[in-house]
Amino acid sequence: MKYLQLIWTAMFRRKTRTIFTLLSVLAAFLLFGLLDSVRSAFANAASSVAGVDRLVTVSRISFTLPLPKSLLPRIQALPGVAQVTYANWFGGVYQDPKNFFANEAVADNFLDLYPEWLLSAAERTAFRNTRTGAVVGESLAEKYHWKLGDKIPLQATIYPQKVGGNAWAFDLVGIYRAADPKRKSQENALFFNWDYFDEARAFGNGNVGWYVLKVSDRELAQQVAQAVDALSTNSDHETKTQTEQAFNAAFVSQFGDIGLIVGAIMGAVFFTLILLTGNTMAQAVRERIPELAVLKTIGFSNHSVLALVLAESVLLIVLGGAIGLALAGVVVDAVRAAVGTGVPMTRVGGAIWLRGAGLMVLIGLIVGALPARRGMRLRIVDALAGR
Amino acid sequence: MAGSRLRRLGSLLGSLIAAGVAIALLALASWWLLLAAVLLLALWTLVTRIGRQAWSVTEVGLATIPQRLGACSVVVVGIAGVVAVLVALLAMAGGFEATLKQSGSDDTAIVMRAGAQTEINSVLDHDSAGLAAQAPQVLRTAQGQPIASPELVVVAALPKKSNGLDANVEIRGVGERAWSLRPDVRIIAGRRFGPGLRELIVGNGARGQFVGLDPGSTLKLNGQIWTVVGAFESGDAHDSELWADTDVVAATYRRGSSTASVTVRLTGADAFDAYKAALASDPRLTVDVKTTRAYYTDQSAALAKLIRVLGITVAAIMAIGAVFGALNTMYAAVATRSREIATLRAIGFRAVPVIVSVLLETMLLALLGGLLGAALTWLVFNHYTVSTLGSNFTQVVFAFQVSAAVLWTGLKWALAIGLIGGLFPALRAARLPVTAGLREL
Repeated sequence: MKYLQLIWTAMFRRKTRTIFTLLSVLAAFLLFGLLDSVRSAFANAASSVAGVDRLVTVSRISFTLPLPKSLLPRIQALPGVAQVTYANWFGGVYQDPKNFFANEAVADNFLDLYPEWLLSAAERTAFRNTRTGAVVGESLAEKYHWKLGDKIPLQATIYPQKVGGNAWAFDLVGIYRAADPKRKSQENALFFNWDYFDEARAFGNGNVGWYVLKVSDRELAQQVAQAVDALSTNSDHETKTQTEQAFNAAFVSQFGDIGLIVGAIMGAVFFTLILLTGNTMAQAVRERIPELAVLKTIGFSNHSVLALVLAESVLLIVLGGAIGLALAGVVVDAVRAAVGTGVPMTRVGGAIWLRGAGLMVLIGLIVGALPARRGMRLRIVDALAGR
Repeated sequence: MAGSRLRRLGSLLGSLIAAGVAIALLALASWWLLLAAVLLLALWTLVTRIGRQAWSVTEVGLATIPQRLGACSVVVVGIAGVVAVLVALLAMAGGFEATLKQSGSDDTAIVMRAGAQTEINSVLDHDSAGLAAQAPQVLRTAQGQPIASPELVVVAALPKKSNGLDANVEIRGVGERAWSLRPDVRIIAGRRFGPGLRELIVGNGARGQFVGLDPGSTLKLNGQIWTVVGAFESGDAHDSELWADTDVVAATYRRGSSTASVTVRLTGADAFDAYKAALASDPRLTVDVKTTRAYYTDQSAALAKLIRVLGITVAAIMAIGAVFGALNTMYAAVATRSREIATLRAIGFRAVPVIVSVLLETMLLALLGGLLGAALTWLVFNHYTVSTLGSNFTQVVFAFQVSAAVLWTGLKWALAIGLIGGLFPALRAARLPVTAGLREL
């Protein structure tokens, strides 16, 4: 610590050069923060801790195909199944197809299986008792300025009304909140009552989109899944049951390998960064050779000179990187505020900072290694003579 | 003192504005405009005295590059990185867009249930499908049959080759006249499926992405065994699909006599408006009709835009880093050559040749970086095949398209970065006080 002043002075020996280098490092880590935030958002969607005791049963052929409702009592009767509910994708459009959010018809006990979404008891009862009632997430309600009591019109893309036409309307009776603020993106959904949906839709009546099961014991998940799928083996509606986590992971992976794309971009960025700062450090040490020789003359050991140069390059990267990551945090927050929490970016939190810090130190050491070795090995006589 | 500071501020502001204008020009420039500029520059260096001076100073600068290879490679590699990322992402967006756009044409139209935006959401009953095909604007075969294909899109989950995980593949049931509706579809292996049989032909893209789709293999769909009898290639989104007879697909998936859509060939692109009006005025029909080009273009718009915005954002941030890298290198170059530059000024060289030489040197390094990045991306990614989730919840296979336009955009970015990275050091070189420069060791 006592050498911090020395390192600091050495670093800003050439102000312009150091500032330019810092700005390059800043740009690299700003990019790292943004991309890692996107990557984490997709990774989080695939591994929600909250869903570990829930199983999802969909058609084996494709989750877009319906399942008969007659499976419900048979699934319920299986040992290890605590609760079963069902839902159907509605795919309605609010005003413009660009305003995308999930909207699903759900059974009356659906929300009971999702305790991580907080809804007051009064609103829960209202939802149950209002045939055309709907609940939405807080983020979604804020985005479209909906209040309790509003009528929300949706234009059907899949299910026309039995009486004709694609116009559906729902009464907003409840607004739920995600208990975990990190999962605010789950607030971008609208749920409405199954009974209304099933009676009013023109076709598909008596079928459900998917079942959600809560198992009594997490350890039993695998057995229960097999037992559920066994119910429909060799029928014309075979099912596939998996944990909600696995289901989400499979869905996300269909978009493409996001980790790979982000990894490739970051590889290009950091390769360039190492070259760039490496060049700066080499220049800085080359200019200072006589000074380093003086340090050695007054008693600094070879290893302290090595440590000084390494500390300087690590400090350079950490300084630029920390500002860059902080800036990424500001940008991500701004984007989330402007576009809504549905945007696939997590807040730049502890995990991203930890990965970033690790990268900063690593890159700092790589970049400083060669110049530091040069500083360590220089012979006082030659260096002072300018050889 | 205050006056000189004001002057410095003024010149900084001036050069910032100059850089802004130059970049704006570069962004708008077409290749012939740039070629004209290069020719003019060449003419200037050959004909005018100042031009010849500028060229000889540049030559000296270029000759010293081998001595500062490390520093110069920072400019080249930094810019190559920016261009590579930009070109790769733009090529990805372009490839996705082109694949879907080619799937449609202006003289074929798709009819779906009103409100359905994609075929997977659409259900069309048998009577509506028949009515839509019988309209007078639909082209007929020599035998008087309308060229129309009632189609059904269903989804099957098959394991992907890349990770072994199940992903959705689109199975399209097509009518018997689908072949004259889509003349681009060519059988490249095996034969067409037989009408009324549980036989499939697979698109070349799907065959490459999924396990077990080679001709001769069998797969189980909804409990029934189907045989793959052939493979086809169309060069568009249909390459990601499996095709079979609509009636057999409907029977397997218990759809009765309903289909998802009807695609028809119109008598000409100009017949579309009349066709749309005819269907809209028929009280028996509640359908939406679009040209297939409009239908497929709508599907690609959102994702292509997202990839483009991502590419430009990432490249812009990387470009900021590269600009500072270039600035560092060129300021250092000017500093090491300050004595030489001062000597030139002392023996009568003017400021302009010095500015031009530094700028030209940076731009040449930038051009080298741009070419390197573009060439690298072209070698690695041109025709690189990937797949993503399309609007029918199925995988759409597409290839990166490293087109000339995309490469040109990459080179323009490289030149812009070189311009900013070189301009400020060039001005510094020109302002170097001669006496101080000569005294420097």
